[in-house]
Amino acid sequence: MKFKTLVSVAALAAAATAVAGSAQARDQIQVAGSSTVLPYASIVAEAFGENTDFPTPVVESGGSSAGLKKFCEGVGENTIDVANASRKIKDKEIAACAEAGVKDIIEVRIGYDGIVFASQKDGPAFTAFTPSDWFNALGAKVLKDGQLVDNPNATWADANGELPAVEISAFIPGTKHGTREVFEEKVLKAGCEETGALKAMVDGGMSEKDAEKACMAVRTDGKSVDIDGDYTETLARIDANKNGVGVFGLAFYENNTDKLKVATMSGVTPSTATIASGEYPVSRPLYFYVKKAHIGVIPGLKEYAQFFVSDELAGSEGPLAQYGLVSDPELAATQAAVEAEETLK
Amino acid sequence: MTDTSLAPASSTPGSRSRSLLELDPHTKKRNAAEARFRVYGIVAIGIGLFFLVALLYSILSNGLTAFYQTSVTLEVPLVQTEIDAAEKSVVKTSKYRDMIAAVLVQKMEQAGVATSMKSKELLQILSAGAPGTLRDHVLSHPEQIGTTATFDFLASSRVDGYLKGRVTRAALAEDKNLSAAHLDIIDQLVEKGIVEKGFNWNFIFGSDASDSRPEQAGIGVSMIGSLFMMLVVLVLSLPIGVAASIYLEEFAPKNRWTDLIEVNISNLAAVPSIVFGILGLSAFIQFAHLPQSAPLVGGLVLTLMTLPTIIISTRASLKSVPPSIRDAALGIGASKMQSVFHHVLPLAMPGILTGTIIGLAQALGETAPLLLIGMVGFIASEFPDGVFDGFLAPNSAMPAQIYEWAKRADPAFYERAWGGIIILLVFLMIMNIVAIILRRRFERRW
Repeated sequence: MKFKTLVSVAALAAAATAVAGSAQARDQIQVAGSSTVLPYASIVAEAFGENTDFPTPVVESGGSSAGLKKFCEGVGENTIDVANASRKIKDKEIAACAEAGVKDIIEVRIGYDGIVFASQKDGPAFTAFTPSDWFNALGAKVLKDGQLVDNPNATWADANGELPAVEISAFIPGTKHGTREVFEEKVLKAGCEETGALKAMVDGGMSEKDAEKACMAVRTDGKSVDIDGDYTETLARIDANKNGVGVFGLAFYENNTDKLKVATMSGVTPSTATIASGEYPVSRPLYFYVKKAHIGVIPGLKEYAQFFVSDELAGSEGPLAQYGLVSDPELAATQAAVEAEETLK
Repeated sequence: MTDTSLAPASSTPGSRSRSLLELDPHTKKRNAAEARFRVYGIVAIGIGLFFLVALLYSILSNGLTAFYQTSVTLEVPLVQTEIDAAEKSVVKTSKYRDMIAAVLVQKMEQAGVATSMKSKELLQILSAGAPGTLRDHVLSHPEQIGTTATFDFLASSRVDGYLKGRVTRAALAEDKNLSAAHLDIIDQLVEKGIVEKGFNWNFIFGSDASDSRPEQAGIGVSMIGSLFMMLVVLVLSLPIGVAASIYLEEFAPKNRWTDLIEVNISNLAAVPSIVFGILGLSAFIQFAHLPQSAPLVGGLVLTLMTLPTIIISTRASLKSVPPSIRDAALGIGASKMQSVFHHVLPLAMPGILTGTIIGLAQALGETAPLLLIGMVGFIASEFPDGVFDGFLAPNSAMPAQIYEWAKRADPAFYERAWGGIIILLVFLMIMNIVAIILRRRFERRW
């Protein structure tokens, strides 16, 4: 009796597996990639499901690189249709895509994301930063009295006399984040140039490229902490450390204004307006990439792309801007490119 | 004999007259050691209990508020011409939003709540999902067009947070989603009974919502995802695990090969679960081409993870059946297989089921392997249509959903993550209680 039940249960299991093998046609758009784009993509996916007869697309997180890797696995129902990225696709990735048969890729820029520097609401008065301050506070080697030395600065006041004299404790995105690249590029490197450390390095016999790399190196004595998790982790660290300063996305800051106080960068307050105008220096474009071969195969794919960049959603009055996306001033051109299904190269 | 003669020489004269009730130093020392050990034990349990209470306190204090939700009662007239116009536009819900805005302004006038706010700004007290709720209702109840329907629209997450004490006027100083002026309106609306807090059924039975409307997010769809995954795990791991352990325990010869297998099964039980996720990604998705994010794949991965647990507990319960049962069965002429299936297995069943339930409970709470097979993100947004879809359509699982909520920016999601933990804990507790009851009621001791 018991044995029979066991056998029938096993047979049922085998049947279930067999059924799955012959997976039916997929009618749901699958999206994966950047966790920065994820909130925007999920807002669009939800509205898309609500406003059209297509099912709500599925949006996975996992990071830009992981998303593009999945995207480049090949063409077919078993692969994803759209990759979200907080950076432009690399030539290496385009080549990998082409090798797997993903030849026609449509690039869609959805807008810009601002990166802000914030500290505890009631903490020390971190209200104005410049790239030089950050370089002097966090750089591995800085210029001191005309000499390149291992960073000796212990307090923010050492980096810039106008900053509070509290111990440096910065929480910056880990190297796996796309945000880190922007931080290195637009803050550390810029600060390196401003303070003259870059020139000193080149004069000291370093090649231009090596010097730039050295500029972006972060001190490793514990004053700067890499956060590999999400902004929620950075927030928890700031919550626990009165003197902590963290790097956040604009949208995240705007959702947590009760706990965080944002600082200006080079005198500009971060906001969707200052980022759109280009005044605020630390921002980056956000993209998604569509597999052209899937248009017409996966129902609603082109409609999804069009819906995403429509004025009602990605425009400056839309829900994405409301959430913190800096809408693209050239949105009309993007809409036309999506309409024409223009591919890369 | 020698004792009596030696006794006076080796011990003090008083020892003979010492009462049994009087403890010698050695006994005292032993008793003290025992007393100390008891204290250690109590302290250890005390520390454990302290952390348990602290954990439960933080879970309940953070999560219980997720079970209540603020809503705004509005009567919306469903006008045929307005609905037709809305259905023709690209973003249909934006037209429905205008309809709600008009009703809200009117309702506030009726209630005598004065404000200088424009209707768009005023709408920030409502969830961004309100127009969708209205449209869904209109589409599913076309017969009500022409009448006025009453809706309990969800209030926005910040209004909800205000009524729960999470959001204060000071906290809204730099918030662009809600201002202190809104809260003044809310105070008046609460007085008039238009804004109310009620039990949040949607949190238990609803689907996930995007980052812009945390008030609408529910754990229901991912609960279904977990259910389908557990079905796969049960249906696959129980027969495979039991068959493997019966063979290994009752039939297999004891040699180097079976020893090797045994060591490996124990090893597998200790392998970190993320490893099974990587294995599942490459074997089930990339090689076998099963769909991404499907509960079937999640179930298969968790099956791999649960199998060693089930095999080990099944073997232990088979071992605990005394050999006399087998000998008696064989003695009256049963075959080896008959003795196992008619006598040993029924006696071992309670132990096997307990092990299985504990294995399932472990699988239910597992997140790490699900990260790799694409179950984290904005996935659990629609209920599956039917059983087939339940296995194959993308879905999340409860722990993955909790993880996802904990990552999101809006603090309202954080509250939901804790609420989700409460629901998950309730499930785990039920499973473990069932396991204990099974063991207590059916286990035979020899």
